[in-house]
Amino acid sequence: MKQQLELLRAEALRAVEKAGAMEELENVRVRFLGKKGELTAMLKMMGQLSPEERPAMGQLANEARAAMEKAIEAAKAKLEEAALERKLERESLDVTVPGQPVRLGHRHPMYIALDEIKDIFVGMGFTVLDGPEVELAELNFDRLNAGEGHPSRDWSDTFYFKEDSSVMLRSQTSPMQVRAMDTLPLPIRMIAPGRVYRKDEVDATHSPMFHQVEGMVIDKNVTMADLKGTLNTVVEQLYGKGTKTRFRPHHFPFTEPSCELDVQCHKCGGKGCPTCKGEGWIELLGAGMIHPHVLEMAGIDPEEWSGWAFGFGLERTAMRRFKIADLRLIFENDVRFLEQF
Amino acid sequence: MDLSRNWLNEFVSGVSADEIDDKAFSEAMTISGSKVETYRYLGEEIENVVVGRVLSLARHPDSDHMWVVQVDAGGDAPVQIVTGAWNVHAGDLVPVALHGARLPGGKKIERGKLRGVLSDGMLCGLAELGLDERDFPYAAVTAAAILGDYHPLDPAKPSISADIQPGDTIYGPVVCARVVEDTAVSVDIGGAIRTVKTPCSNLHEGDLIAYHTANNTICTLADLHAQSAEFPHCIPDGIFILQEECRPGDDIRAVTGLDDHVVEFEITPNRPDCLSVIGLAREAAATFQKELRLHEPQVKGGAEGVLPELLDVETPDADLVPRYTARMVRNVKIAPSPKWMRQRLRAMGVRPINNIVDITNYVMMEYGQPMHAFDYRYVKGGKIIVRRAQEGEELTTLDGIVRKLNANHLVIADETRAVGLAGIMGGENSEIVADTADVVFESANFDGTCIRKGALALGMRTEASAKFEKGLDPMNTLPAVNRACELVELLGAGDVVDGVIDIINYVPQPTVLSLRPDKINALLGTDLVADTMVSILRKLDFKVEGETVTVPSWRGDVGHYSDLAEEVARFYGYNNIPTTLMRGQTTRGGYSEAQQLDRMLGSVCRAAGYDEIITYSFISPAYYDKIRWAPDDPRRDSFRILNPLGEGTSIMRTTTLPSMLEVLARNDSYRNRNVRLYELGRTYHKRAGDELADERHVLTLGAYGDDMDFYVLKGAVDAICRQLRMESVRYEADRSNPSYHPGRCCVVYAGTVRLGTLGQIHPQVAAAYGVEQELYCAELDTAALLDCRGAEAEYRPLPRFPAVLRDIAVVCAEEIPVGALEDCIRSAGGALLKDVALFDVYRGPGIAPGKKSVAFNLTLRSDEGTITSEAADQDVAAILTALEQTHHAVLR
Repeated sequence: MKQQLELLRAEALRAVEKAGAMEELENVRVRFLGKKGELTAMLKMMGQLSPEERPAMGQLANEARAAMEKAIEAAKAKLEEAALERKLERESLDVTVPGQPVRLGHRHPMYIALDEIKDIFVGMGFTVLDGPEVELAELNFDRLNAGEGHPSRDWSDTFYFKEDSSVMLRSQTSPMQVRAMDTLPLPIRMIAPGRVYRKDEVDATHSPMFHQVEGMVIDKNVTMADLKGTLNTVVEQLYGKGTKTRFRPHHFPFTEPSCELDVQCHKCGGKGCPTCKGEGWIELLGAGMIHPHVLEMAGIDPEEWSGWAFGFGLERTAMRRFKIADLRLIFENDVRFLEQF
Repeated sequence: MDLSRNWLNEFVSGVSADEIDDKAFSEAMTISGSKVETYRYLGEEIENVVVGRVLSLARHPDSDHMWVVQVDAGGDAPVQIVTGAWNVHAGDLVPVALHGARLPGGKKIERGKLRGVLSDGMLCGLAELGLDERDFPYAAVTAAAILGDYHPLDPAKPSISADIQPGDTIYGPVVCARVVEDTAVSVDIGGAIRTVKTPCSNLHEGDLIAYHTANNTICTLADLHAQSAEFPHCIPDGIFILQEECRPGDDIRAVTGLDDHVVEFEITPNRPDCLSVIGLAREAAATFQKELRLHEPQVKGGAEGVLPELLDVETPDADLVPRYTARMVRNVKIAPSPKWMRQRLRAMGVRPINNIVDITNYVMMEYGQPMHAFDYRYVKGGKIIVRRAQEGEELTTLDGIVRKLNANHLVIADETRAVGLAGIMGGENSEIVADTADVVFESANFDGTCIRKGALALGMRTEASAKFEKGLDPMNTLPAVNRACELVELLGAGDVVDGVIDIINYVPQPTVLSLRPDKINALLGTDLVADTMVSILRKLDFKVEGETVTVPSWRGDVGHYSDLAEEVARFYGYNNIPTTLMRGQTTRGGYSEAQQLDRMLGSVCRAAGYDEIITYSFISPAYYDKIRWAPDDPRRDSFRILNPLGEGTSIMRTTTLPSMLEVLARNDSYRNRNVRLYELGRTYHKRAGDELADERHVLTLGAYGDDMDFYVLKGAVDAICRQLRMESVRYEADRSNPSYHPGRCCVVYAGTVRLGTLGQIHPQVAAAYGVEQELYCAELDTAALLDCRGAEAEYRPLPRFPAVLRDIAVVCAEEIPVGALEDCIRSAGGALLKDVALFDVYRGPGIAPGKKSVAFNLTLRSDEGTITSEAADQDVAAILTALEQTHHAVLR
């Protein structure tokens, strides 16, 4: 009997090993362990054994059953794993097929540049102001020291709505300086981006409508040194730490002293190249100390308060930033252009 | 403003190009406030080109059009050069590009053989030196028709026979002749010898030419009505025959005035004094700490006549003529001005004309004072009246154009007529001509605004008017006119009459300021001592005594202590001012609510796939027609630009729709597919109370493509409303908007507030923009969006019990809107009904015509516990009853 059991066990294990599919394995289980299985049949014969033999044989039979069950479980697990592997293999995808497109819109490149600038100034405690584009000549010119007879007031340069030249499309964002002085409590730190209008025919560098960003600070003891320090900080944030700047004298009616700020050409490092037209420097913005007379006209005492202001063209900034060669692209709104940004 | 550095050297020592190169010079001047645009060495591209004297020339043995020339180029032996030009003669001085020479445009000249004959370089024409006839008018070439060069257009039918002989008739009075002498030109006309005066410079002994017997001239191609193809080598071009004082071997750059450096400045309008050599010399002297050497003109005078008897000047419009200064020159000998003067003028971009005109230009460049010279014999009655023009008065200016004037123009007139346009341009009727004998030099100061407006109205901004319009120094007229007279004497161009006419209609009042070093330091953030400031100001010819600063007359831009601060800063160095960070009270920066809303709207639009655009705020009035607005639509009442660039940009838009449609149409024409765009822009409306505009912010969406329909657009608008947490948003069909499809347009409201319009653009509007496909637009008022924003988000507990989901489909009449069914379900559903969502609308087999099946998902849930199926059934039954009763919608 013992020999029979061992033979049966060996045979069962061989059969398990041979089974290559789930059904075969099940057949093996039924053949040996099923109700009418061979091991079951053998167990039924246990009753014929003597009581002395029975425990040893019983143990042997149980061991055989356990071994068979274990072998079947292991084989089953192996087969399942193989089946899963085959399934996953069948499910393989061509990963080079493009993904389902997610359609995202694009911010206009000029406003990308503007957002950056706004964030820098807001971080420095500046308020962002909006103002009217249909503006009084008084605010656009007179209050900024550009009196009657100033060439920019000519009808050849500025758009007017009134025969007496009193209402116009603002030709600069600078009237926002006056509006801020008239309405905000001191001290003031503000920037005012917006549309401005000049009578220029459309070409690669001109447009009758374009955008400027105005900025102004009025406080006690504000100096040209503060102007330099603040604008240098802004330049470093925009163009990277260590960007070299230079300030050179210029003229604006409403600032005195006035200056223009150049940054050293990033392309050639100041040696001179086509990007900077050989100058080594690229003009960035105009600025200056607010003319004391402009403060006086706003009822601000220049003996007590001083300030500085700056302004620059947004189109040029964006064009430089994104290497856009032609201004007309900005207002053409071809999606093949817009979707590049 | 171009500046010749050679000229500058006359007034400032130690700043020559040898001592300070162009780059260093330009940088320093820029930093001190005279911005340099560009600079160039005039002779930069020329190397190894010298003056040569033609010793002899012979026809090339193997060419019908080339010459072999022996040239003395200053070396030990003559140089042999082959040239194709025909205007060269023995004895001529010519530019010779020697072996290894470089010419403008990067051209290199090498020794070589031309048809077997050695050529050791090249003779140069004007163009090869980068010059043209304006630089050297005398170098213009007139070419005779050389019969030996005749190439008939039709070889079978030549107009001139190949074996023509001297004396043979060509046509009428024109006969063939042979050149026997090419310096003092004489020709053999078949037996007889004639001496001819001719401008033609391509004649050589032995040439056969066409001789006009009646006129005693040699015919050019034009005279023969010949085409240039018929005489390919008789062209009005050739070698530059020098008429300069020079010797073989001289560097051509020095001879032609190319040995100079020209610096181009961008002078700001407040500094007209720097539109002159002297003005820039003053800046250069202060910049480089060198001495400024100015020169006081000395006039000998002594010409016959007494000035007040010869000339009388009246200035009835005294306010427009602060000062009028004039002198007279007699016995004028009009001639070319000397080389040094022409070279300086050319370097500054002025074309030399003759000695008198050149003197006026020279003085204008040097002093910045425009001058005018006119012929005294045309000043009738010896009287000059500076007056306003009469309405409609006409004057032919020097450029030959007839100008119609009005009372805003100032003219120089005699007793009968205008002879010049004051401050802008002289008149043709008083122009300096070859036989001018007596000249009046006018050196006046005119009102800048008057000149500017006058020039602008005539569309003729001249060098003079550009200076006057900036407001010149009236003190400058006298030294300038004296300088002109001094130059006349220097050039031997005439005799100067003693005395000066000088009418002064203003009270000279120098600007006096007090020096406040503390205020200047406070403005600049510096700590400069007064002495430093004083020495800078003195260098610029400000007079400083104690605390009193007297501003020089030419510095009209200085009138305030802040202006003095700028002068100090310029020469102390803007870049030496320290950099500090702002001190003082900190302010809290940030965006307004409207600005934040704009940012948020932009990001929702982009998330929905819309690209941002920027369009012009001005449009054409015709655009209102394009969007089918009625002719009397009150929205057409727009701000109208009185001086627009054109009709297309003449009014401020009261709607953004045309701008969006234009961009959609443009993209459609570029065949861009599936386009979605948005713009955050403004519209401009008249308003009561003031003359400014009510500028409303509008969010405009526009789209087309196969992924686009009404509901896709509505989805985007919905997303915006949801993002704003708006409540009670509803859409009402609008059949009356003329720009939109009447059946596919709606107005969106939040409660009672109108947010805007959306829908499909009317096909006729699309067609007006040349688009065949469906266009979709939405126009939303961002102020209304801001007003109707919902409350801030507040947490609500998540549902603790499961929901029961039920689907219902009802059949109802086609006309019943889905929105009405949904409203009915919501009101009929009890507290358990949490959500209603449309999932299908079906028409077709199984549904009667005129009916539709509408299916909803219902979500029912209680917050108290799990609801039973029975409770849900009860609610659904109530809903179905209500649908049937209200809308005759029955369960399908």
